[in-house]
Amino acid sequence: MKNNIYDKYLVEEKMPTMWCPGCGNGIVLQSIIRAIDEMDLDPEKIVFVSGIGCSSRAVNYLKFDCMHTNHGRAIAFATGIKMANPELKVIVLTGDGDCASIGGNHLIHACRRNIDLTVICMNNSNYGMTGGQYSPTTPLNSFTKTSVYGSYEPPFDLCDLTKSAGATYVARCATYLPVQMKDIIKKALNHHGLSFVDCASDCPSLYGRLNRLGDAGEMMLRWKDRLVSVTQSQKMSEEELKDKVIWGEFVNKSDRMEYTDIYKENIRRAKEAAHE
Amino acid sequence: MTMGSYRIMTGNEACARAAIASGMRFFAGYPITPATEIAELCSELLPKEDGVYMQMEDELASIGAIIGASATGKKAMTATSGPGFSLMQENLGWAYINEIPLVIVDVMRKGPSGGSATLPAQADIMQTKWGTHGDFRALVLTPNSVEEIYTETVRAFNLAEKFRQPVILLYDAVLAHMSEKIYVPDKDEIEVIDRAKPASKEGYNPFRYSDSSVQPLGHFGEGYNIHMSGLTHDETGFPVSNQDTTGLEILIHHLFDKIDDHYDDEIKKYEAYLCDDADVLVVSIGITSRSAKSAVKKARAMGIKAGLFRPITMWPFPHKDLSRYDIHTKAIVTAEMNNGQLNQVVIEDIDRNQKLVMKNLYDGNQIRDIDILNSIIEANKYEK
Amino acid sequence: MKLKVVIDRKMCKGCGICVVLCPKKILKIDEEGKASVTERQECIGCRQCEFHCPDFAILMGDDDGQL
Repeated sequence: MKNNIYDKYLVEEKMPTMWCPGCGNGIVLQSIIRAIDEMDLDPEKIVFVSGIGCSSRAVNYLKFDCMHTNHGRAIAFATGIKMANPELKVIVLTGDGDCASIGGNHLIHACRRNIDLTVICMNNSNYGMTGGQYSPTTPLNSFTKTSVYGSYEPPFDLCDLTKSAGATYVARCATYLPVQMKDIIKKALNHHGLSFVDCASDCPSLYGRLNRLGDAGEMMLRWKDRLVSVTQSQKMSEEELKDKVIWGEFVNKSDRMEYTDIYKENIRRAKEAAHE
Repeated sequence: MTMGSYRIMTGNEACARAAIASGMRFFAGYPITPATEIAELCSELLPKEDGVYMQMEDELASIGAIIGASATGKKAMTATSGPGFSLMQENLGWAYINEIPLVIVDVMRKGPSGGSATLPAQADIMQTKWGTHGDFRALVLTPNSVEEIYTETVRAFNLAEKFRQPVILLYDAVLAHMSEKIYVPDKDEIEVIDRAKPASKEGYNPFRYSDSSVQPLGHFGEGYNIHMSGLTHDETGFPVSNQDTTGLEILIHHLFDKIDDHYDDEIKKYEAYLCDDADVLVVSIGITSRSAKSAVKKARAMGIKAGLFRPITMWPFPHKDLSRYDIHTKAIVTAEMNNGQLNQVVIEDIDRNQKLVMKNLYDGNQIRDIDILNSIIEANKYEK
Repeated sequence: MKLKVVIDRKMCKGCGICVVLCPKKILKIDEEGKASVTERQECIGCRQCEFHCPDFAILMGDDDGQL
């Protein structure tokens, strides 16, 4: 592995990763480093922050400033980093359990503030690290270690959630579309405000096995018929969209001030008041 | 020659002003009685100093944000009360294992749970020592006046910066809200310690476990390529394998050694009032120690040789120093606004020939000097 | 010169994603449980296998397999 982007951004001696064969997390991580490389960002000005779970182990392989925090808390730590030095690009690597369950409050409040963080959720519809229990994004009626008769908990659509909470860039992609995923991540990294990318991903060892979805290859091919772009979806009925996963941009706007900019305004007002 | 000024202020105001004088430029918190005034004043004063005030969504986020800010180079603090401190314990553990300088103020109110928000207590003595899972050494300071809140806040930041770890400032709701005349020192009169800078970026490791000195902290965004993890890690910050048990032990040793090896010279602090010839020693902290001092004076006027031992560094507790005095005493009185926490600390220092008299009050009222005096009189009756 | 697939066997975990995605069907999981190329000259350099590899085990190299 010489003279290539893996060598440039990944810690060789920590390889291979601890992820199971076919785990989508590696595909998401690859898309992220390709996005950073194509954008020619200064690696010294990037900080990765993660929580707990399979997704969050991604920071163990990155040659960047990295903070592997507590379960659900990555966004809170990242908020402190960004506010302490707004020049830094702060990227949160998280999973569906980490950001939508235990860290759900931090996620919606970061969206409300519209603080310039890029939150990348590796969404594999279950808790992988603890052995495959249902998460807040597990589809209804699917099988996990804690929903052996089929899941009875209605799932979150994380794009709807972050959009409603005020994120100014919201998109979804899937590991089946890694090039598109890289392009979406580039846009998210370029966005000034809270950007959220939901990366639909597979957990072949647990979710896949428990739901008899075949091996990693078969699970990958299943996406082909399930993915529908935002544009395509607008022409489809609710019935036709059943069991489909819509990918693409849901929100991309700049009509709200970003939080570190708002705070600079607060400093200006405070100093003005001091002079009066 | 003093250049500062005398001012009247509350304990919470003194805390906020001292923090800013110590260079604190990042406050994240969540409103809670009786600590809220610290946040209020920080929200007003920090923006004028280009500092950050953030009102977070909860206490877990508050301490998370200040950890992130401290790792990015800001002196950072949060202020809360017992219920908020309970919530902060999770991320506090992360700060211990990653040796992040922080100051956390716990203004004690009556618990457990919501308890009585506006009533004072001293029942977080043990929570601040043991508050988070795993092994670690807590640093807790317990001032007993508004002026001492000022000076101990400065010391809290200095200890945090020097020993790279969270420091907890612990005082009760009475001190938080009472107004006193204090000397506010001029900027040049305050000794402010800033964290050491790493000598080089080349081959920098964020941790050092080879001896009890702390590794200077490189900051995010400055090219150190820092890895920090809440998992048990080696000096590189990367998690160590669970198979390598020596690797798992070395980190814990360091968290204890860096405090213990410097305790006598740089960390411990206490007040010993009339302790040298005391037959009865009162041990007390915070607002109660002021009633205790008054009781000691009254006892002396009655001819009882009483003394007051008051830890200002509450944790680690100055056991050696208390032992030096209590070896001559026949009895010890603990006075505290809880159902028995200090007494459990002191009991380690007394032998079977000595009597322990406990004065506890946990109804939200302060302990009066007369009540402590009665305990001293009772203790004095005991024949060794 | 067209770049063609190279497998880093150290990194490969044999998940088989590259095998199902290859449009020329020239990848297989071999007896050691690793991905290998059957007819390298057939590779069209579409990089589907590379981008979908979760283990950073696939790269594009020249005719001699040099990266």
